[in-house]
Amino acid sequence: MINNAVIFISVSIILTLVSLFMDKKKTLAGLKKGLMMFKNIAIPFLNILILVSLLIYVVPPNIIQEYLGAKSGVLGLGIAAIVGSVALIPGFISYPIASMLIKQGASYTVVATFMTTLMMVGIVTLPLEIKYFSKKVAILRNVLNFIIAIIIGLLVGLIL
Amino acid sequence: MKKILKKYQPYIWLACFAIFTLASFLIGFQPGKAIYSNFTQFFIEMITFIPFLFIIIGLFDVWFPKAKIEKHIGQESGMKGIILVVLLAMLQAGPLYGAFPVAYILHKKGASIKNIFIYLGAFSCLKIPMLGIEMGYLGWKFTLARTLVSLPLFIGIGYFMEYHLKNKNFTIHDIKNKP
Repeated sequence: MINNAVIFISVSIILTLVSLFMDKKKTLAGLKKGLMMFKNIAIPFLNILILVSLLIYVVPPNIIQEYLGAKSGVLGLGIAAIVGSVALIPGFISYPIASMLIKQGASYTVVATFMTTLMMVGIVTLPLEIKYFSKKVAILRNVLNFIIAIIIGLLVGLIL
Repeated sequence: MKKILKKYQPYIWLACFAIFTLASFLIGFQPGKAIYSNFTQFFIEMITFIPFLFIIIGLFDVWFPKAKIEKHIGQESGMKGIILVVLLAMLQAGPLYGAFPVAYILHKKGASIKNIFIYLGAFSCLKIPMLGIEMGYLGWKFTLARTLVSLPLFIGIGYFMEYHLKNKNFTIHDIKNKP
């Protein structure tokens, strides 16, 4: 956790200095842009942190281990893939959830599958996707990505 | 009245949580205190790296403007085409449905079916802002493993889609211009 802060703070300072050296105006615009983006995400992010703080208190780790842990097998994978496909959580604020799940005993396979379906498969946004790509193509893309998300989950679990 | 409600709506949860925490401390409600202590931990974890991540993203945005790069990407084929669409996708941010209009633009400019789907794949798992936050929360090993596993798989999807849709009048509609 502290390491993280050190890495991100030093990288941002170095990049800012390099950028300042090359172009002051651009740098200020970039910093402003970044902080604006942070401002936009701050409230939804805090809301998710509240939710995660609550969940971590209410849901005991052994339940997470049972349903999403290493021994949960097909059930855990299925839960992760389906919830990830249906949920419409912006990627950004889903990471605290993923990190909480791992800390509470969920397996890497389950979390990687969940994150990948969350990002690549969108049941809720399917109608919109159909308008762009036609029904057949949109459904095909989602089905393929669903399968691939499970493969990604399994392989990531195997590697880590 | 409605306007005021709408303006403050995002803060409702924060306000409720603040009241709940305050009350918990006043009456000594243990679960409330425990949840608050969880929250402070998560908050510290977040505030020590997310703002800096956004500074990095903001700088990236001004030095590598997406619109400019988009202009130059389209018909390239082969390895170069794949690398360019992946790089373009990495510079983006936001949810997947934000990628569909860009897919339309790429299609209109003559990008191949393969590259359009590779773009969508890369968009969903290789966006730089997302990789940053993922490393922060799940560690660089997780990010590296997931990225290396995902990349060949969605390039595979691109090839499959091109093979499958080649002679099938594949087209992308611009839904903004539709009645």
